[in-house]
Amino acid sequence: MFAEASTVADKALSSGWFLEHAFIIPIIPAVAFALIIFFGKKLPMKGSELGILSMLASLVFSVGAALQWISRVNGAAKEQYVEPVIRSWTWWDSGGFEFGIGQHIDGLSLTILVVVAFISSLVQIYSLEYLRGDRRYTHFFASLTLFSAGMLNMVVAENMIQLILGWEIMGLCSFMLIGHWWEEGANSRAALKAFFTTRTGDIGLLVGTSVLFFSANSWTQENLGVSGFSIRGLSAWALTGDPSHAAITVGAVALFIACIGKSGQFPLHTWLPDAMAGPTPVSSLLHSSTMVVAGVFLVGRLYPVFFEGMNILGSGVNLITVIGGITIVVAAALAFVQTDIKKVLAYSTVSQLGYMMMGLGAGAWLPAVFHIFTHAFFKACLFLAAGSISHSASHHSFEMKKDMGGLRKFMPITFTTWVISTLALCGVFPFAGFFSKDEIIDNVGHNGYTVFMVVGLVGAFMTAAYMTRATYLTFFGEPRGASAGESHDDHGDAHATHDPHDAHDSHDAHASHGPHESNLLITVPLMILATLALSAGLFNATPFGKSWERMAKWVEPSSVVVEDMARASVGETRGAPSAIAAEESAHKDSVCGTSTPATGICYAPQLQHAPFKWAKGAMSVFIVLMGMLISWLISVQMYTKKSGFFVGLTSRNKVLALGYRFLVNKYYLDHLYEKVIVHGIAHPIAKAAYWVNQNILDGIVNSAGLVTRRVAGWVYRNVDQRVVDGAVNGSGAVARGTGNVLRPVQSGKVSQYGALLFAAAAVAGLVLIIVNT
Amino acid sequence: MDILRDHNWVLSVGTFLPLAGVLVMLFIPKAEEQLQKAVALITALATLGVGVYTLTLFNYDRAGEMQFVAQTNWISVIKSTYYIGIDGISLPLYILSMVITVLVMIYSWDHIPSPGNPKAFLMLMLVLQTGMAGTFISQDLILFFVFFELVLLPMYFMIGVWGGENRQYASLKFFLYTMFGSALMLVAFLALFFKTGAESFAIPYLVENGGAIAKNTQVWIFAGMFIGFAVKVPMFPFHTWLPDAHTQAPTQGSVILAAVLLKLGTYGFIRIAIPMLPDAAMEWAPYIGLLSVIGIIYGALGCLAQTDMKRLIAFSSVAHMGFVMLGISTLTSFGMNAAVFGMVAHGLITGMLFFVAGSVKERYHTLEIARLSGMLKQVPHLAWILGFCVMASLGLPGLAGFWGEFPAILSAYSPMEGLSETTFRIYMVIAAMGTVLAAAYLLWLFQRTAFGEPTAEFGGSTSDAHGHDDHSDHDDAHHSDIHDVTIYEWVAWTPLLIGIVLFGVMPNLLFKLIDPAVAAIVTQIGG
Repeated sequence: MFAEASTVADKALSSGWFLEHAFIIPIIPAVAFALIIFFGKKLPMKGSELGILSMLASLVFSVGAALQWISRVNGAAKEQYVEPVIRSWTWWDSGGFEFGIGQHIDGLSLTILVVVAFISSLVQIYSLEYLRGDRRYTHFFASLTLFSAGMLNMVVAENMIQLILGWEIMGLCSFMLIGHWWEEGANSRAALKAFFTTRTGDIGLLVGTSVLFFSANSWTQENLGVSGFSIRGLSAWALTGDPSHAAITVGAVALFIACIGKSGQFPLHTWLPDAMAGPTPVSSLLHSSTMVVAGVFLVGRLYPVFFEGMNILGSGVNLITVIGGITIVVAAALAFVQTDIKKVLAYSTVSQLGYMMMGLGAGAWLPAVFHIFTHAFFKACLFLAAGSISHSASHHSFEMKKDMGGLRKFMPITFTTWVISTLALCGVFPFAGFFSKDEIIDNVGHNGYTVFMVVGLVGAFMTAAYMTRATYLTFFGEPRGASAGESHDDHGDAHATHDPHDAHDSHDAHASHGPHESNLLITVPLMILATLALSAGLFNATPFGKSWERMAKWVEPSSVVVEDMARASVGETRGAPSAIAAEESAHKDSVCGTSTPATGICYAPQLQHAPFKWAKGAMSVFIVLMGMLISWLISVQMYTKKSGFFVGLTSRNKVLALGYRFLVNKYYLDHLYEKVIVHGIAHPIAKAAYWVNQNILDGIVNSAGLVTRRVAGWVYRNVDQRVVDGAVNGSGAVARGTGNVLRPVQSGKVSQYGALLFAAAAVAGLVLIIVNT
Repeated sequence: MDILRDHNWVLSVGTFLPLAGVLVMLFIPKAEEQLQKAVALITALATLGVGVYTLTLFNYDRAGEMQFVAQTNWISVIKSTYYIGIDGISLPLYILSMVITVLVMIYSWDHIPSPGNPKAFLMLMLVLQTGMAGTFISQDLILFFVFFELVLLPMYFMIGVWGGENRQYASLKFFLYTMFGSALMLVAFLALFFKTGAESFAIPYLVENGGAIAKNTQVWIFAGMFIGFAVKVPMFPFHTWLPDAHTQAPTQGSVILAAVLLKLGTYGFIRIAIPMLPDAAMEWAPYIGLLSVIGIIYGALGCLAQTDMKRLIAFSSVAHMGFVMLGISTLTSFGMNAAVFGMVAHGLITGMLFFVAGSVKERYHTLEIARLSGMLKQVPHLAWILGFCVMASLGLPGLAGFWGEFPAILSAYSPMEGLSETTFRIYMVIAAMGTVLAAAYLLWLFQRTAFGEPTAEFGGSTSDAHGHDDHSDHDDAHHSDIHDVTIYEWVAWTPLLIGIVLFGVMPNLLFKLIDPAVAAIVTQIGG
């Protein structure tokens, strides 16, 4: 056991209780989960209080750790490598190696920790009202809490196994939460699909982890005294030039396949929109800060592995950027044909995750991480706003065309927060999304991925357009359907037993049954999130100069060469590379990532930052505004004025009709997966295998039994009775033995058989000996 | 080595104590059913008590060595001795067999399968316990063989007398198939005995001297053992007895079969076949690996084709034991650790799944997946337990199944030196795909049986539309059989559920024990 292999040895770096004990952060909600499951129903608030308290406690711990981390960074020398706070305890050992569990805390993990704990707290508070009276209220809070615990655990993970633990727990919770209302077949199928699709990607996680472990283990054990699962070990190993190119590429590609599944990248994105079957707070949490971010986080976490394996700065194209780029456009296109407001948001998440992936693939690490940060706030806000609409206005419907419209008059707070978040999502200056998304596009171009910069801009245009369409359909025009007070079938939301709406009340914003603003438990989280959607971008506001780039300072790992004591003095301090001080000669352009350092270890590749130019920023904002304007004009024509040109266009023009059908059917990917692959395996292939089992394998067994019985019968009648009458010799014994084998029930001669078998075996054994000598 | 010989009575007592219980039960009239049950349970508990005492005496720092060794003359004509001992591999399996027997006894308190007769049923179970425990402690091949075969008879009668409609066929098939394997195994044992100079049947002696046998001969001897053990595991294509035996066996039989009996085969590979015949093991390993991954995929496909819950679980055993065998076939300590962990984990999880299947059958009188629906509504606790086991079975990290599955896949990347890396890496990818199929059939099972509304057949239509989660809404007069988990079931199941979580969260409880013992065996192969 590593005696608390804390490596905070250098006095120059400050630490603190929260930093040293960050591993507690996921434990709090995990314990709360167990308490809710066992005692939740007996508590006054049915367990929800435990969930909320645990999330708030995690938030406090995360913020505390983050503050201490900031002072640690601020206290460090200018070119110093700020060592992550790593602790590890033995979890399991095998083959003479010890494998740990613990924490790996640095800027990246703290950023995500704070976001996850913060959003989870708000979502749980929101759920108090949204799920009031739900039939499985306690279970809901239990699952939600465990969900956050899984994500938090993944983020603090010290090694890959611990990361997989969090990763899979999230998969389990997404299954429980998406299928929360499992009475309906559609919900339970969506839950199954989510789990199953991500699990398919997880083949890559298992394979990639194995490949990297065996490739890296001997190096990491020797140089760092950690296993080949360790995140720090893998990061350092990837940048040494030690790994064979094939191994690290295979490892990186395999891991990326897992990220494709988890982060809803093309072509495994199909589970994400279906996951809307879950309650809205789940969608909000799942889409903003947990689950889907996991894949992006993994790429960011093990960035050196992907950096080397995918040769990120060495070429103008790689798997990550291609997948990310395709995802941006493909998902954005799908968002145009959705009528369900949550599905628009779902595809927008897929598309935004594409941005993050593309950024990571193109060497824009910091902008991508920053985009995770800002996206979490405005996407959570958008989902919660959609929930607020369905909760208080549209009678639990999410159909924009059928049941919404004109809601800005009834729901001013929801409307305002929605608009702020939409502007942030579209990337309008000075909302949060502008700073992060624009940085991604800018850096992608700067690093030589020109084509993908264009893809990013096209995506920005499309995002602006489909969000404007959704905003128009929801909040402008005349109220329709449920929002207009028409009653229709309950959509199966758990707590829907409102009286049928009175058509005459529909314009009265204060009527209890008409569309109205939601109460404070819903609107306060919305307002908090909208504030952040407005302001979070300032956290790393590149346009305003160096002093505003706090994220770059606190979060981005420094790519300096760290002097490695283990290498310098062999055997002396093996297992604890204690030198943290940077090489004196380390310059701004570190060799990390480009060539192998002669001495010392790199933990992060040297990345470049594109200088911000107002002209470029203005151009992308212009593109976004054009997108909004065009979309607005078309929406007005199409949905309000019912212009003869636009309405029914897709049914008149054959090419457009084809394209529309293609989109509505989601590129037929679901058909491919469900009808062809899953159906194929589950039915013909499985049935065929089973047929072989029953008729061929079993047939052999049964006919062997039958033949032996016939032979035995024949021998008995013809040999035993006629020829050797009375004389029991060796062969007769064997034959009768076989006969008895088949009739122990009838004859009850099992014991006799045992003796005969023993004798026969002895004879056969002797024969074998004789043959072989 | 006196320390290791101290207290060497514990193993013998732990193994033969159940027979004392049988003796007592013989003199109790058949009609005294409660007394019979009580005696059987007390015997099983006392046996477990001895097992726990063994645990406290066990020297964990020397888990790689045989402890509590005892050796006395037995059948001196064939140079076989009564030679027993236990190390880090045997210990968990030995204790597992005791725990499972106790739990099955508790479960039997109100679940004696038709046609009744608890006296005979429980006596057979105690005999079975002796056979299982004895197999894991034997250090002599003849002794091992006797125990190995002793297990067959009680199981044969359990299936044949207390089984389902097709019990005659299933029990006969089970018996003959394993007997067929045993016969070849015995031939192999004898050949090994003669080839090493007919000196001794002691396992340590044979391990020491087996390696000197010419490679060609080794390969043939290994073939005999392979069939004997592979039938028991069961490996593809020798598995066809398993679904029938499981489907027809009473719940208790299925649980013991899945939890312990299958492990006799894999244990045989690790303890006997591989260390005694290292050269042959190297030759055979790629083929064993191949059959393992075929088993993983094939078993999963078999599951997907099932319409019967119990049969599905039976087929899943084929797939899971495939992971165990894949780990073994790498011949590395990594792989064998995974295999032994996988054996224990599979014992807990699949044993539990068969318990659940038995209870479903008892309530619904069917295991047709298509007819079951909405169990979460009618029997919420039972359905939650099913969900929990399903998750554990598909290898969710944090639960025991993961530590058998993932390290096995991992180990295939880097098999022992001398084995083809390419071949095993292909196996690794195929095995990883097997985990997806496992997720598919298990979740599919759970989704169809637990989710949705209960079918009208089982009173689903009468249930309250606002059905609550507590267990008070299923006292439907017409379906009085459908009730949630009873107290006996809770008592019998809770230890398994705790074990699944405990070993999942703290895998080192087992790895720490297994690793040194496995290392000792791997050194035999590696030379």
